Amino acid sequence: MSLAAPYFADGSSFLDFAKAVAPDVLAAAFTREAQQGSHDICPPPTATTVVALTYAGGLVMAGDRRATIGTQIASREIEKVYPADSHSAIAVAGTAGLAIELVRLFQVELEHYEKIEGNPLSLDGKANRLGTLVRGSLGLAMQGLAVVPVFGGWDRSAGAPRIFSYDVTGGRYEEREFYAVGSGAVFARGSLKKLWHTGMDAPAAVATAIAALIDAADDDAATAGPDVGRAIWPVVAEVDRDGYRRVPDPVLAETVAQIFAERRTHMVESP
Amino acid sequence: MTIPFYVSPEQLTKDRSDFARAGVARGRAVVVLSAAEGMVLATVNPSRSLHKIAELYDRIAFAGVGKYNEFEALRRAGVRYADLRGYAYDRVDVDARGLAGAYAETLGEVFTGHPKPFEVELALAEVGDVPGADRVFRIGFDGSVQDGEALVVIGGHASEVTAGLHAAGVHAAPDSAPPPLATALRAIANTLVPAPDFANDDAAAPGTSRSLAPESGAYSTLECALLDRTATRRSFRRLTSSQMVELAVE
Repeated sequence: MSLAAPYFADGSSFLDFAKAVAPDVLAAAFTREAQQGSHDICPPPTATTVVALTYAGGLVMAGDRRATIGTQIASREIEKVYPADSHSAIAVAGTAGLAIELVRLFQVELEHYEKIEGNPLSLDGKANRLGTLVRGSLGLAMQGLAVVPVFGGWDRSAGAPRIFSYDVTGGRYEEREFYAVGSGAVFARGSLKKLWHTGMDAPAAVATAIAALIDAADDDAATAGPDVGRAIWPVVAEVDRDGYRRVPDPVLAETVAQIFAERRTHMVESP
Repeated sequence: MTIPFYVSPEQLTKDRSDFARAGVARGRAVVVLSAAEGMVLATVNPSRSLHKIAELYDRIAFAGVGKYNEFEALRRAGVRYADLRGYAYDRVDVDARGLAGAYAETLGEVFTGHPKPFEVELALAEVGDVPGADRVFRIGFDGSVQDGEALVVIGGHASEVTAGLHAAGVHAAPDSAPPPLATALRAIANTLVPAPDFANDDAAAPGTSRSLAPESGAYSTLECALLDRTATRRSFRRLTSSQMVELAVE
């Protein structure tokens, strides 16, 4: 197969190129050919709570591992936090299939731009690009299949971590301290409001993120707490000057044990 | 009545080949070399922003010589081919062989069907888990493809540069073990850097081995990249001249 004209066209967007050459590989959400009809007959799984917060020198993103269909659990091992590129992270809530497709497309979009242009996009450029992708799936969001991401990364020019939240219309908002989205977000945000403070270090930020997810799971049936029996922990990622790192399971297990131990102590001591 | 102007296919092909070959020969050679730590791609390039060596995919690098706008267009097309394939199937399903085929067909069509053939020569390097699994494809302006393993040189004075690297002890024997990265970088600097003086000074022709201290600034004119064998995902890494000096120390 020789390379046809679109391969030699201008532009550095993977999405625009794929639309021209192979629209069938893209999710319908991104091709403006969203199907009409209702999803009530066969509701897709929904991914629930994710949180993000900054600390001195970086940011932490975390997501619980539950996906639900109505009142049933569709998955207890779904992942909602991913690297967007070497120095940024994306977390997603909403319709699981579309959310994971959004992550995949966003990852390729950033890498594609970097390779075509020879330089990575600025953090603001990445954040705006994600807003455009979310806006592209607005049609499905209106049918109840919404996807809402949180994006964060290390801004090399500012020398600081930055977090961006989105709405279903692609609106992009910068968050200075912390943010949570998904079904348990109200409870997670309440928890973060009490636990977050300036000057936290990375381990404290990881513990705060996990505590927020535990609090969300306490009150929201669609959010899972740490599953000690099966050793399934939330996915927690740190992004700092050195880039994206997933926090390893043994560290998470220890942090979860500490949080549970502290809370148990409080309960025993209270009159 | 005018007699239709007839040119035999042999003559047409020869004229086009001579034209394209002359364009390619004006480009400085690019070396693709297997080393123990990964694959090294290097060329003399005074520009810091107009690259001849670039990342295509996780374990695949691109090198082009000849007309910049032509190989740059082919590079972008290759990135698009690789990214689309990796997105539609899986990242492991992108390989240099498929890319080489797409390039060969494209260049072949341009060679016969367009007013002017592309004046380019390309190399695709794919790093393996072990040195024996490294692959290099060399694609000519007419769409011809050759595959190599340990050492491929494209562009002007390719055979002299190859001889120079062999003389420096790099892949001198067909089954020789890959050199350490430090040795490979020193051999490349020694062989490529005299090339600018070639036209004026026969004594400094590429391939002439000479003793060149790596500290002498030889690396500052080189564009160099490494496909890191141990990388888990994207293995392409550009090497600055100071990194090259550091890595070239044994």
